[in-house]
Amino acid sequence: MSRKELVFRIGGAAGDGSASTAESLAKICTRSGLYAFTYTSYQSVIRGGHSWVQVRASEEPLLSQGERPQVLIALNQPTADIHAPQVREGGAIIFDSDSIKLDGLRIAEDVRRIGFPLSRVAREFSNNALMKNTVALGAAVRLFDMDLATVESAFATVWGRKKREIVDANVKAASAGYKHVDEDGGSLNLGMRYTGKARLLITGNQAIALGALAAGCKFLAQYPMTPASSIMHWMADHAPAHGVVVKQVEDELAAINMAIGAGFAGVRAMTATSGGGFSLMVEGLGQGGMVEAPVVAILCQRSGPSTGLPTKTEQGDLNLALGAGQGDWPRAILAPRNTDECFRLTAEAFNLAEVYQTPIIVMSDLYLSEGYRTVEGFDFNVPIIRGLLAADGGERRERYLRYKLTDSGVSPRALPGQEGFQFDAGTDEHDEKGELISDVLAGIPEWIEIRRQMMDKRMKKLDGLLRDTKGPELWGPPSADLTLISWGSTQGPLREAILDLQEADGISVNSLEFAHLFPFHAQETAEILGKAKKTLAVEGNFTGQFSRLLTAETSIKPDHFLGKYDGEPFYSSEIAAKVREVLG
Amino acid sequence: MSDGRTIELQEYKSEIKVTWCPGCGDFAVLNGLQKALQALQLKPWNIVIVSGIGCSSNIPHFLSTYGFHSIHGRAVPVASGIKLANPELTVIAAGGDGDGYGIGVGHFIHAMRRNLDITYIVMNNQIYGLTTGQASPTSEKEMKTKSTPEGVIENPVNPLALALASGATYIARGFSGDAKGLADLFAKGIQHKGFALIDVLSPCVTYNKINTYDWFRTRAYALEKDGHNPADFHAAWTRATEWPNLDQKRDRIGIGVIYERTDIPTYEDLEPALRKGPLVRQPLGLENPEELLEEFR
Repeated sequence: MSRKELVFRIGGAAGDGSASTAESLAKICTRSGLYAFTYTSYQSVIRGGHSWVQVRASEEPLLSQGERPQVLIALNQPTADIHAPQVREGGAIIFDSDSIKLDGLRIAEDVRRIGFPLSRVAREFSNNALMKNTVALGAAVRLFDMDLATVESAFATVWGRKKREIVDANVKAASAGYKHVDEDGGSLNLGMRYTGKARLLITGNQAIALGALAAGCKFLAQYPMTPASSIMHWMADHAPAHGVVVKQVEDELAAINMAIGAGFAGVRAMTATSGGGFSLMVEGLGQGGMVEAPVVAILCQRSGPSTGLPTKTEQGDLNLALGAGQGDWPRAILAPRNTDECFRLTAEAFNLAEVYQTPIIVMSDLYLSEGYRTVEGFDFNVPIIRGLLAADGGERRERYLRYKLTDSGVSPRALPGQEGFQFDAGTDEHDEKGELISDVLAGIPEWIEIRRQMMDKRMKKLDGLLRDTKGPELWGPPSADLTLISWGSTQGPLREAILDLQEADGISVNSLEFAHLFPFHAQETAEILGKAKKTLAVEGNFTGQFSRLLTAETSIKPDHFLGKYDGEPFYSSEIAAKVREVLG
Repeated sequence: MSDGRTIELQEYKSEIKVTWCPGCGDFAVLNGLQKALQALQLKPWNIVIVSGIGCSSNIPHFLSTYGFHSIHGRAVPVASGIKLANPELTVIAAGGDGDGYGIGVGHFIHAMRRNLDITYIVMNNQIYGLTTGQASPTSEKEMKTKSTPEGVIENPVNPLALALASGATYIARGFSGDAKGLADLFAKGIQHKGFALIDVLSPCVTYNKINTYDWFRTRAYALEKDGHNPADFHAAWTRATEWPNLDQKRDRIGIGVIYERTDIPTYEDLEPALRKGPLVRQPLGLENPEELLEEFR
């Protein structure tokens, strides 16, 4: 890729502080006026192993984590062994010369070897062993020609709440690293312009949490599970001050059932989990569909099956979301394509849940949920649409039917505490009042008809959900040699591949991107794909779960499939390679 | 009804025909609950009864309150969500022994340690009724059921001991053969601030031919008359473990309040988000979102 960028990588053992050092750099980049994009490759271990973080930054908005780094900080020997050979020509490797050797490694030409005693230098400022990272960070800042003042202000926000001494010690340590590079070759001269324009650096999960707050979420029940936990962490820190109950509960069964209870009682409620926890929630979700209670379930996917790769990404849970719960019940499935949509689609989900009185599923994945991205900001002017309520008038208490048959399938909702509107919410099949027909009425001709009517009523909501959600977006040239099909977070690397192919090879490719997966916008999709010359579906799973949905809904089968299930996110280069192969 | 006049017993009853087997212990629970609600003069629209699945879990339909007939084993978390959303409601969870002590036992324990202000009524008949007679978590050792033709070889759950160990602050045992006593235990449990468990020995006349009304009558005694002090934890433990226990002693079954603590704050009292009032009445959305963005700059 020819666009101006800086790519930085730091690696070490878990517990070495790679992640926080990288986060600091991403913040420094953002404060300098760049757009940052991070990817953290870590393992399911608290100490030891090998983890690394990549930070990519550019003057233009970024679409992916980038590829080979210009600057590597190796915090231990394995990091040097694994990553030093990937450093680009003209780049630099920063390492502690007391403990790490680069001898014998295949390193590109012109790569500067910036070895100095990081730990010994750091000890002058603090006894904290992680201070050596800050020395290295200061060195990287000098290589990238960034301002030390920005480093100081970034540290002040990161540690501001703690002690001033910590900020001061870190600034001194960074300055030492900075000075070392100043005297040892100076900047890499990457030619970046630092405008200092203010933007935000945020993860997908933080954007989801913010979107929930903006939409009036009042209740979160969750059980810890990577990569969904940081939603709970952020909410626990911030939400109670805004009148939100945030509750870590005993399991995901409790999480979904508590959220449904809260939704039934009249507050906007949500839960968040990953595939394993979502598997436990399926019966509860079906209950939400049956009693017509609003709830939002965030599903942050990671590599399955079973415990799978807990710290790695995948888009393998679409079948699970589509099929959650016994029988048929109406649901919508939304899949944000980027951080901004994490915010917007979460907020939208709360409206859909209350307007249609049914569970709404928002699907992210580790790549999107945990990665930091620089965004311009968020539009907090979120409409709050609470749907049909018995309290809004027009409903007479003597004749109130909670599950009244209507054209839309939506019936006015009464909330406990409302005088005269008492009803029973039942998970057994029930009549318009909510009374069971399963016990002594099922199978009797008149009641067979009522069962059919109640099913029809609930499932009619899918028509409204289809009407109220957006169809897929065709991005790129309207007519192209190849149309890529994707959903959710694959958007970024895929768009970058398209831009690269256009620039480097003059190949014309566009993409059909789905953020609203279900109910499926079949007509629009068929119209667009009917005009496509050739199609390639790109999904982060083995079987092509979305492709199968597409085929089931439109009878169109993508011509080619690129599935990724190795735990790693898509790189634009591998998508581009597949496109070249397909177009032969 | 809202004008301060006395609410009649009839007003707590629904028009739905009760479908339990004639003689089922759950009738006494239903009647006792209606009487307790009337005695407390609670407004039916401010009450939510949440059940799970099983014969006894049909109970919300037979009352004129709000009801949530949820899924198997999940009455307690659904009730917890309702209570946290609107602590002004009287929330009563109800169901059977399979629902609460089997499939839902995890929630049971955690709700007690939270001390949410919820009343939980378990209609304990020591058998699975709706699925036609399999062993339940409280079935006694050696009991023959459809799933244990050679007799149960597991020890039964002791719900009262479990509640004591888990931090419930009101623990009582009722008996469907003592309808008046039930109404009293329910009323006290509902008034209690904190998690109240009332385990009701509620005979299944169809599938449990061992633990019958007569079986209980020959063993039951009133805790209060026997001088039990519900404030004494160790005495409560002794009473709770008179039956069931590993020695399979079953000659004395205490009925009444086993344990009560009134000085433990409820979960709602401690929850910071509820300080401004019930969630259902708090404004939606963010007043000053820019403040939240500071940390991302």
